[in-house]
Amino acid sequence: MRIAIIDTSTTRAAIISDGLREAGLTDLVIIDHAAGLATQIERAAPEVVLINLENPSRDMLEDFFAMSRALARPIAMFVDQSDAESTSAAVDAGVSAYVVDGLAKQRIKPVLDLAIRRFQAFSRLQAELTEARTALADRQAIDRAKAILMKRKGLDEPAAYALLRNHAMRSNRRIAEIAEAIVTSEALMGDML
Amino acid sequence: MSNTVMRIGFLPLVDAALPILAHELGFAEDEGLGLELVRDITWAAVRDRLMYGQTDAAHMVAPLAIATALGCDRPAVPLAVPFVLGLNGNAFTVSTVLADALMLDNSLGDPFEIGARLKLEAARRVAIGKPLRFGVVHRYSSHNYMLRYWLAGVGIQPDRDVEITVTSPPFAADALACGDVDGICVGEPWNSIAVDRGVGRIMLATAQIWRRGVEKVLAVRLDSSNADTDAIERLVRALHRAAAHFVEPRNAEANAAILSRSEYLDAPSDTILRATTDRIRLTKGADAIHYPDFMFQHREAANFPWRSQAMWLYSQMARWRHAEASEAGFAGAAKVFRPDIYRSALAGTDAILPGASAKVEGANSVPRGASSQTGRLILGEDQFFDRVQFDPDRAMDYLEHQRTKPMI
Repeated sequence: MRIAIIDTSTTRAAIISDGLREAGLTDLVIIDHAAGLATQIERAAPEVVLINLENPSRDMLEDFFAMSRALARPIAMFVDQSDAESTSAAVDAGVSAYVVDGLAKQRIKPVLDLAIRRFQAFSRLQAELTEARTALADRQAIDRAKAILMKRKGLDEPAAYALLRNHAMRSNRRIAEIAEAIVTSEALMGDML
Repeated sequence: MSNTVMRIGFLPLVDAALPILAHELGFAEDEGLGLELVRDITWAAVRDRLMYGQTDAAHMVAPLAIATALGCDRPAVPLAVPFVLGLNGNAFTVSTVLADALMLDNSLGDPFEIGARLKLEAARRVAIGKPLRFGVVHRYSSHNYMLRYWLAGVGIQPDRDVEITVTSPPFAADALACGDVDGICVGEPWNSIAVDRGVGRIMLATAQIWRRGVEKVLAVRLDSSNADTDAIERLVRALHRAAAHFVEPRNAEANAAILSRSEYLDAPSDTILRATTDRIRLTKGADAIHYPDFMFQHREAANFPWRSQAMWLYSQMARWRHAEASEAGFAGAAKVFRPDIYRSALAGTDAILPGASAKVEGANSVPRGASSQTGRLILGEDQFFDRVQFDPDRAMDYLEHQRTKPMI
């Protein structure tokens, strides 16, 4: 079964195609997002198209499929509505699937389920990455704030950190927020302090 | 009054204003309704979220709501349109190169005159093997049908003499900029953004093609277990109040500031303000010109879902073979629009409630009174640019005439 993957994120496309390959679905075509989408799909002639829900080409893709049908060529349409539950899960995960008309439901189901799991895995990766970035930024702000307090107030490092922590607890804010405020005010009015 | 939360899908467009304002200004809250607005960038995504219950209602191009409800390209999902979010507000914007070829000046020209020049240019481009390409926002969009109606009316066959492709609104200006298309038909602020970027020039307003053309609608699902008629009626009332607020000139600046925020349109508020106050800058650096009723949101019971408007759209879907040409199709399209819900939601308010549910579209060359259950209803000029009228009782004749009349 030939599957086309359209994704603006190459990382996500790779994650999905790896998963499909592991499941023994090796006839894969990864399609570049914008350039000549219709021509590329026509050439690939896939039975299933997997596309990110947020992909700006989706409206174009539907137009292309509708026109193909009018020309009585291989037809594509949205995943079988009768299985609303898994389609809904797909939309939830951010994946849309278009399948060739007449493709048996039991053949598309495992592909869709796998795509859903892979999309979720990608979102988890994204979330972890964002979290790691935030943690790093927080760490840097706290270090810089400590340095400022040590210099301005003649404190040692544990005392500077304790000051930050106490202030955060009293004002019910995160330590990193307090640290950022200190770094910002130092940048703005360092000379006046 | 119970407190219900409704999720509403929308695209970043000026005519998403009413649900946004209903939320921001507390009109929904007054109805005991919490709104969550869910932004997407393609109509396909807005539709899918509505179909699979991630949203309870959506800002949607009217023909897409009809196509989805009738199952034109997929299994049908019962949708209802109890409220029209606005009429018109779109424009045709062409690349600066095409604008020069068409000798456009700083005015919204006559659709026939521009059409005649466009016909010559289209033929020239076919001759050199590079047909003109126009971008519309979805296959089932009013933009597609308004463009096709105008082209056919000036003797250009849309499926033969030019190419029509699809590009979602936030990417329309980019498509012009990189030469993917020669023109776009899109809603605001995306025409004005193309103008301000210097990549396009506004050629015509869709209001010049059909003076009172139905544009975005509120679409809701009626079959889902969470379809709550009471909540839908409360939403209709909140939108009605938002519409009255929206059209008050003194609120224009504050409204534009809200719409411009990053979670909504994420666009400059002065660009939005031009569209909402009918002042359109046609070309970069020029003064904005005033075109009355460029977008039309509330007066003359503009939010009332006339069944005849749904039927006119269906006539165009059938004309271009995007839908079946049949009496049953027309009847099905008419049923998607729900004047009954509009009336029951707004009974006992100050809203004007038209007595009829359908009218002859394009029949008023001057404002005319119409029957109403409450309030005084005056319907303004509503003609099509070719002065042809659409009588919903003779829909098949109208379609037959459009399909068979010789092209100019």
